[in-house]
This record gives sequence, C-alpha cells and structure tokens, in this order.
Amino acid sequence: MTAGLVLLAILMFAVTYPSRALGLLIPRMDRLPRAATDYLQLVGPAVLAALAAVDVMVATNDAGDPVLHVGVEWIAVIVCMAIVAWRRNLLLGLVAAVAIVTIARAAGIESAFI
Amino acid sequence: MSTIAFAGSAQFAAVGYVASGLAWPGIVLLTALLNARHLLYSAALGPWLRDLPTTRRAGMAHVLTDEAFALSIGHFRRIGRGDERGYWIGAIGSTFIPWNLATLAGVLLGGRIPDPARFGIDIIFPAAMIGLAVGLITGRRELVAAIAGAGIGVVVALLANPAVGIIAGGLLGPGIGLLVPAASAHETAPLGTTASAGRYALPGTPFERDVPQPTETSPADRHEDPPGPSDGEGR
Repeated sequence: MTAGLVLLAILMFAVTYPSRALGLLIPRMDRLPRAATDYLQLVGPAVLAALAAVDVMVATNDAGDPVLHVGVEWIAVIVCMAIVAWRRNLLLGLVAAVAIVTIARAAGIESAFI
Repeated sequence: MSTIAFAGSAQFAAVGYVASGLAWPGIVLLTALLNARHLLYSAALGPWLRDLPTTRRAGMAHVLTDEAFALSIGHFRRIGRGDERGYWIGAIGSTFIPWNLATLAGVLLGGRIPDPARFGIDIIFPAAMIGLAVGLITGRRELVAAIAGAGIGVVVALLANPAVGIIAGGLLGPGIGLLVPAASAHETAPLGTTASAGRYALPGTPFERDVPQPTETSPADRHEDPPGPSDGEGR
C-alpha cells in the first residue's frame, strides 16, 4: 500500500511539474508584449481569490455534485481579508478567522448547503 | 507525497479520492487539472527570474506553490527586481519545510486529535489565500481581477467542478481586470517603487526608509515602449 502511494505521488508529480516549470523555463518570457505582462500581473490576485472563494463557497454533496455552501466560514474569510487590508498582517487575519470558526462551531452554529 | 508531489490542495483531494476508491488514472487527471493554475504562476514569475541558469529555475519550479508564488511575486514587486534568495526563502523556508514537518506531525499525532474541524483548521487555507490576494492588490485592475476571478470561479465550480472553476477564474479574471482603462486604474502604489514597498509594509515599521531603491528594472520595464508598471507613472 505504501509503495503504491509513493507511485501515486510520483505520478502526481509528473502531471504537476510541467505546469510549474513551463513558464519558468520557456525562453524569451521577458520579451512578452505589454498586454501579456499586464495580464500576468493580474493572475495572482485572480487565482488566489478564486481559490479562496471556491474553497469557502463550494462544497460537494453526498452524490459528489458541487453545491453552494453557506456558513460562518464566509464571515471568517471576510474578516481575515479586512484585517489584512487594514493592518497588512496576515497572521493576525488568520488567527481571527480560526477564532471565529472555532467559536461558532463550539456554539453549535451549523453550515448550510444549498 | 508532501515531498514528491508537494501540492497541498491536490494532496487533500487525492486523500479523499483514495479513500473513496477512485481509480488512479482519475486521481492523476484531477491532479493535473487542479494544478494547471501553476502554469499561470510560472508564466508570471518567469520574466523576473530569466537571468538565472536553467537548472536553478528547474529546481525552483518544483517548490512553486500558491504561497510561494504570492510571497515571491509580492517581494519582487516591492523591490522592483527578481530575487533568487528571496524566492528560496519563501518557497523552502516558509512553505516546503513547514509543510513537510506538519505532514509528519499529522501522521504521528493526527490520530490523537478527535475532530480537527472543531478547531477551525480548515479555514486557514482559504483565509491565507484571500490574505495573500489582498497583498497583491495595488490598484483597481487587481481589485477587479480578484473579484471577477472569485465570482467566475464559484459559478463555474457549481456548474462543473471546483478545479475547473479555479482555473476559469484564474484565466478570465485577469482579462476582466484589463478592461479597467489604464487611466482609471488608480494604482495606489506604483510597483517597484519605494511607495510600493511602504504600502506592503506592516504599519509602524520603518520600511519606507529601509527599502533599497530598485537597482534593476522589472520585467515589464524592459519594454522600451510603452513603459512598464514599475516605472512610477501609475497606470
């Protein structure tokens, strides 16, 4: 089983590494047109925001279908976002987010799936 | 898996897939789909690291993650040039080593924690991602790209699946951000300038005084016409 999982990890590496390496290894990436560099500059905010939003707002039901998730996690992420924007302190934002979720769950506040 | 694949969200997904009995080809295909966003990251970082030897860039690629990208691109933009040591510190010191140590701790101690969700651990990933995104927003274009990316990501995730949603948001969000006219982009701190460094610094720190002036041009600056985003002219 363990050897099998190592093989799976190697296969996962094999399909992940090319996407990580392509942009770094392709020559003449510094000669891209201005529009392309402007586009690439916006990739970070867009991908990271999409990752956060999908993680918090989309869940999978028992049938394996994606469903909208509504819960205290939304508030936690918004509070984290506000703290980082205000204080430029990610650690403080993370602590606040974890505290909100922990307290809410301890209080029995449940999430909803739509 | 944490060392070889080193892909957080794909690892989380793979564990679930393995537990549910999904066939390996399916797991590998979903991993490729989920991690396709790294192509965007590497393309964005490529121009900053173009002067490094190919072998070192090939090594850097293995430790390119969401966190490493956000930390390093923010750092490069602050100082106005690529910084190999800064990349390694962000990728290895603050991500690769802690991730693997935490994985080991989870293997050894995880069983003793009755219900990890009770402690809100699952919120750390999305909160960290949105926090890192906020750190990269310096003007209206970035703000619009982030909002569009999030919105598109959720809608497509609900219609298709989460991995496709993330990629769709990452691909289409920047395009929508570019619809903001350059004249009204309202860059709050032109990239690569001291003001940009000050904007990213923690409040109360003397960062503006300490940050070195850019000694090299940023990738976009190398275009002779028009000037790049770090020229201090705003957009």
